[in-house]
Formats: sequence, C-alpha cells, structure tokens
Amino acid sequence: MQGGPATPRGAGTAICLAVPNTPYEETARVQPREIGKAPTGIQGLDEITHGGLPLGRPTLVCGGAGSGKTLLATSFLVNGAQLYGEPGVLMTFEESGGEIAGDVASLGFDLAALADAGKLFVDYVRIERSEIEETGEYDLEGLFVRLDHAVRSVGARRVVLDTIESLFSGLSNSNILRAELRRLFRWLKERGLTAVITAERGEGTLTRQGLEEYVSDAVILLDHRVTEQVSTRRLRVVKYRGSHHGTNEYPFLIGRDGLSVLPVTSLGLSHRASLQRISSGIAELDGMLGNHGYYRGSTVLVSGSAGTGKTSLAAHFADAACRRGERCLYFLFEESPHKLMRNMRSIGIDLQPWVTQGLLRFHAERPSRAGLETHLAMMHQLVREFRPTVAIADPITNLVSIGSPNEVRAMLTRIIDFLNVSEVTSLFTSLAGTNNQVADGESGVSSLMDAWIVLGTDEVGGERRRRLSILKSRGMSHSNRIREFELTASGLRLLGHPGLRSTPTAVGE
Amino acid sequence: MSAVAARPVPAVTNSPDAGCREFVLRLYVAGQTPRCMRAFVNLKQFCELYLADRYQIEMIDLLRDPAQARRDQILAVPTLVRRLPEPVKKIIGDLSNTQRVLSGLDLRAEAL
Repeated sequence: MQGGPATPRGAGTAICLAVPNTPYEETARVQPREIGKAPTGIQGLDEITHGGLPLGRPTLVCGGAGSGKTLLATSFLVNGAQLYGEPGVLMTFEESGGEIAGDVASLGFDLAALADAGKLFVDYVRIERSEIEETGEYDLEGLFVRLDHAVRSVGARRVVLDTIESLFSGLSNSNILRAELRRLFRWLKERGLTAVITAERGEGTLTRQGLEEYVSDAVILLDHRVTEQVSTRRLRVVKYRGSHHGTNEYPFLIGRDGLSVLPVTSLGLSHRASLQRISSGIAELDGMLGNHGYYRGSTVLVSGSAGTGKTSLAAHFADAACRRGERCLYFLFEESPHKLMRNMRSIGIDLQPWVTQGLLRFHAERPSRAGLETHLAMMHQLVREFRPTVAIADPITNLVSIGSPNEVRAMLTRIIDFLNVSEVTSLFTSLAGTNNQVADGESGVSSLMDAWIVLGTDEVGGERRRRLSILKSRGMSHSNRIREFELTASGLRLLGHPGLRSTPTAVGE
Repeated sequence: MSAVAARPVPAVTNSPDAGCREFVLRLYVAGQTPRCMRAFVNLKQFCELYLADRYQIEMIDLLRDPAQARRDQILAVPTLVRRLPEPVKKIIGDLSNTQRVLSGLDLRAEAL
C-alpha cells in the first residue's frame, strides 16, 4: 500500500492504521478506563468507589426500612452543596421536607439554611391514593415540570429522589408509571445530573419494583442486621459500571457526624515498617526490648490472668506517650475512665492532666452494646478523628463475648491493619486463663501482633509475686528472661533480681 | 334538559341542595398536547351536562407556571382539581370515563 520509501518504522505505522478495528481497539474505545466521579463526601464511601458516584448518572441506593438510605442520599446532597459547590435538589416522596430536615438536623445538616442560600431545593411530593381518582390516560409530566423547575431554581448538579417507588402505591397504573420512570432516568442522564434514587429492598430482588432494571449504572445496597440483639449496618457496592470498586461488605456507622463507611478490608499488607522506637513508659521494660522500647507503628499484646497488671502496663504506655506530647486514644471495654484513673493514681500515674490537655481520650463502651463491626467502625472513626500516635484497647478479650473467635480475629486483623497503616502504635490487653496458659482464642490473635508480653503470678512463700516476660518481639533482640515486678506507689517496677529460673545478669542483656 | 333527563344518571338539579353548590374546578395541563386538549373537551362537555350554570373552569398550563405544580401537589397531567366545594378532590387522566369523573367529583351520591 505504502510507497517504496517507507522505512520499516513507517510500515509498522501503516499496519496500525490499516487495522484500527481489532476487537481490542474496539473495547478500548467504548469503555473508557474510569468514568467521571462525583464525590459523596461520605467518609469511606469515596474510597470504596474510587472517587464517588458516577458523574452525571443515576445511582440506585437500596435497602430495607431504616437502613440509612435517606441519610446517605441527603449526605450526598448536603456535601455536594457545602463541599463541592454542586447545588442539589431533594425530591422526597415519603417524608415531608420538614420531617427530613428534622431527621438530619441531629447530624449537623441544616437543610433550611442551605435552601435559603440557594444551594438546595426541597420538594415534597405527596401522593395519596384515596384522594385521587384515575380516569383515562395520563403521564407524569407534572413531576418532570417540578423537577425541572427545582433544578433550574438552584442550578442543581445533583438530584435525590427519595423514595420514588412510593408512586407505585399512590397510582394504580403501573404500566404508565414504569414508562414514565424510564423516561425520568433518561431525562436525568440527558441533563448530566448526578442522581441518587433510593428504593426499598424487595423479596429476592434488589428493589421491590425492580428499579434496578432502569438504573443500571451503579447500585449500592445497604443492610441493617440485628444478630443476638446487636445491630450492624453494612454497605455493599453491588454494581458500578465502568469503574473499579471494592466488592466487600463494609460496615458503616451512623454517628453524630453523619454516615461513615469503613473501608478497612480494602487494605493490603503494604504499610511501611518504621525503624523508630518509642518507650513503653517503663525504663526497665524498654531495656528488655533491645534497650529502646517498641517499634513505632507496631502492635503489642499484653496478656495475663486477672490482677497481673495488664492495665498498669497500658497506663504507663499512655502516660509516656502524653509526656512526649503525643496523643493517645484509650478504648475501655470493661471499666469507666474514672475508675481506671483512680486505680492508676494508686500506682503513681495521674492521667487526668492529659485528658484535660486533650492529649488523652478515653472511649469506654461495653462490648455488648454493639456488634463487632460497629465497634470496628467506631474505633476507626475515632482514630481518624483524634489522630493519635498511640492507641490502647483494654481488654480485647471482652469482644470475644459478642462474636465467634473467627469473627473477632477478623475484626482485630482489620483494626490492626488500619492502625498499622495509620502508623499508630497500639497495645491490646488480653485476659488469659490462670497459670499463664495461653487460651486458644488468644493464640489466634497473637500471631497478628508484633510483640507479646506475658504477665503472670506465682505463689512463693505464701506471697503472690508478679512476673513479666517477652514471648516475642519481632525485629529486635529482646530479653528472654522472666522478670519479677512490683506495682509500687510510683509505678510498675521490674525487680533487678532474676526471675524464677534465670541466672542473674544485667538488665537488658 | 330533555337530553339530560334521558341519561341513566338523573340530573343533579334534582338533589335538594345541589342547585346552590358552585363548582370551582382547575384543570392542570402541560402544553397543548392532544391528551390535555381531550381532557379539556371532556371536562367542558361533562360540566355542561351535569353542572350547567354552576361551574367555573380555570386552566393552568404548568409549562408557563411550573412553580404551581409544587404548590398544588400536581404530579400527573392532566389533573383536575375540585377546589370547591370542599374537600379538595383530584382526578387524573383525560376524563374519558364519565362515571369515574362523577365519583371523583362526589357527584354520584349527590345525584342519586
């Protein structure tokens, strides 16, 4: 085809040009790598969806009653208006504007103020079958007129229809309705509006009225399960055309700051390992840990039977962090903060000043108050919010009461992954059986830990003596001795004398 | 009047207080679509037949006044709203079924 002067390189080009319609080329053209995204501003959700909902397209959000659909949709709108300069329209079919405003006010959303500022338009579509007589043909042009008017009024880029399925109970002619819904979603797409359409979960189908047939760009499923009186909310991206997305079920929380999704399962094992060391708060223990204490960002397990001093060790660690001016987040699953602080004062550790200075934050909660997922999400949210360098969970054993060992292990894996990535040094205490025996569940958890300190007691001459040993501490040479220690009025003190079996050697051998 | 009397449904003027009740009706349309025009023609005929001399029809084109759709909770087009006598009643569709319009306007009970 090409003339004689074509160089081999030119010939190659000619071949490429001659066959532009290979299947590969075709696919590459019709499926752009990633479509545009409209960020939801919902913590975690934008991570799972790699940036947000499909820009200029409708997304279906389905779930049972009380699963958080309206909240997700409203957050999407409010964040759009407040954070991303995209005004929105909220068309609600179930609750009146006032009711919705009341529902989301507790999350700090002020719909009325946004409406006054021209960033949000709320239209409540009320439809009551008993008040309406149907005779002959009709269409839903009134709905289109309203939506169009609303969109124009605020220059909307985002639209929420919550829950449009209610039309099916208000109007009897479902053929007309289906045709009109199809037209509506096309209408939204033609205008490039990023829309969220909420729908009730159906029996064996995603939505009661099969809306997934019409809205097929992205589908998010919300779920609210109650197992043994403990509730857990989960979110799953069922479908996202033209984009990668996390496919797991992610726990999510409805807290005072709105909705937050926990994307921790998406974490890999790629976090950096720090070489920096931080003090355990006990000089002699630092000595046993290769003279420098724990690795920053590592995970420490402290296990022992009741009354062996696990919390004391944790309190030292917290105190040391605050002394360095770092922030410490302390999860309590058994005691109240006041009780803990009172008890620690008896060994000379006063944590109150750190709380006052805002360096130490306690979060006390009974494990049975919520499901594992919810605890996980809560811990996740607090860590993100408070940004501690040190986190303590005391004791994790109590979590076992609300889940099977496997579930607890999975949850801990996720929280540990998350803490590692956030470069938070964490310390978990665990209640072991008596006689220093390692419980089954514990041995499962311990493999996740970088360091494991075992506490125990021995009866010697009618006296109970405490002892401490380092079972493992990855990446450093550590003492293998069993050391005796005391809880004194000035803190936990390792005794210079040898422990039970070992021969006397210098501290920090 | 003879034409009315021949109808299966008796003329509403037979009812004791029907004669003094004024009907204020509003027909919501969106542009001059065939369906909307048909609704108007059907309504006009209906009113002449059952509500002669005691009705008002106001036609509202939502394309001209879109905000009205929200104020009056209009969704379907065409929609006929009986504003008076109260309570407010709504009939959606092209009003091709006279029986339905009668019951929608609460005229049936009055007529019987």
